[in-house]
Amino acid sequence: MKTIKSTLLLAVIAIITLAFTVKTDKGYKVGDTIEDFSLKNVDGDKISLKDYDDVKGFIIIFTCNTCPYSLANEDRIIALQDKYEELGYPVIAINPNDPKAQPGDSFEKMKVRAEEKGFNFPYLFDEGQKVYPKFGASKTPHVYIVSKPEMKVEYIGAIDDSSRDASTVKVKYIETVVDELLAGKTPSITETRAIGCSIKTVK
Amino acid sequence: MIRKSIFLLAFLAIIFSCKKEKAKTEISEKKHSKIEVTSLDYNQLKPYLERKDDKTYVVNFWATWCAPCVKELPYFEKINKAYANQNVEVLLVSLDFPKQVDKKLIPFIKRRNLQSEVVLLDDTNENVWIPAINENWSGALPATLIYNKNNRKFYEQSFTYEALENELKTFLNP
Repeated sequence: MKTIKSTLLLAVIAIITLAFTVKTDKGYKVGDTIEDFSLKNVDGDKISLKDYDDVKGFIIIFTCNTCPYSLANEDRIIALQDKYEELGYPVIAINPNDPKAQPGDSFEKMKVRAEEKGFNFPYLFDEGQKVYPKFGASKTPHVYIVSKPEMKVEYIGAIDDSSRDASTVKVKYIETVVDELLAGKTPSITETRAIGCSIKTVK
Repeated sequence: MIRKSIFLLAFLAIIFSCKKEKAKTEISEKKHSKIEVTSLDYNQLKPYLERKDDKTYVVNFWATWCAPCVKELPYFEKINKAYANQNVEVLLVSLDFPKQVDKKLIPFIKRRNLQSEVVLLDDTNENVWIPAINENWSGALPATLIYNKNNRKFYEQSFTYEALENELKTFLNP
């Protein structure tokens, strides 16, 4: 009887520990290998990272239509794609918000915004919100730079050091990291923070 | 005698009416007074986040454009009122765009008649002050810091009134 009791107790402790481990495990860390995904682009096509043969890596940015911090960075994201697509680091934008919680982030509205702003990068819809939790993205904008061939996370964080005002940027984090990767160096910056909008979910 | 009483009554009436009048002007003054929001960089905000007096401080990081922030704002206002006599003070740290203070933030404060103190955090160096406020804060809004001289906790989440009150209680009755 005593053994059964202690076994039960142990099992309960194990379950609790496991539950907490899962809870605190908030997605990819720098150095992790990411899983591929297949998400619908605003042009209707499904896009996976494996579709990109000739690239050296990816600038994956969780962003959306409705967050002012995202909007304040749209022109900067367009400029990044302009510069780095041909150098082998294309931008992949993903909208992680659930339109049921944030109607302005519906797939239809994404198409409108992409058209309006002339997005030169794919703008993918995380339908069913399956992808952003794997990354551990918590806000928009939230950047992950991934290098091939290992699909390794090299950098997590902000676009630059001035999210609210493009005119006061001093350090362009993404550019610094990608330039270093292109030069065959280990990135000197691996994690940064910036204010953003929490990802919208229906609870 | 009667005359005296009448005088006294008249006198009292005048005093009361004056008082009433005065109270009225005070209210309308508050309603129409110019609201100003202090703009702080992180170094200026820091003292607000580490006061070592007998109060418990509830510091909410928010913005007028942040829907979940706006939704939970009444709960912070309610806490500020309900727990004022228990030495609790709410501070609302806005992360609105500095250019929109006059256009968005101040009209919002007026419209909602916010009673808690509101300051604007205007500091581009987010990569320094976000981890300085809390090591685990990713930067997502809303976020809340509750602290007093004995205890300190940070929450990157939205609150219901009950959840906020329960957290606050752990600071008041440790």
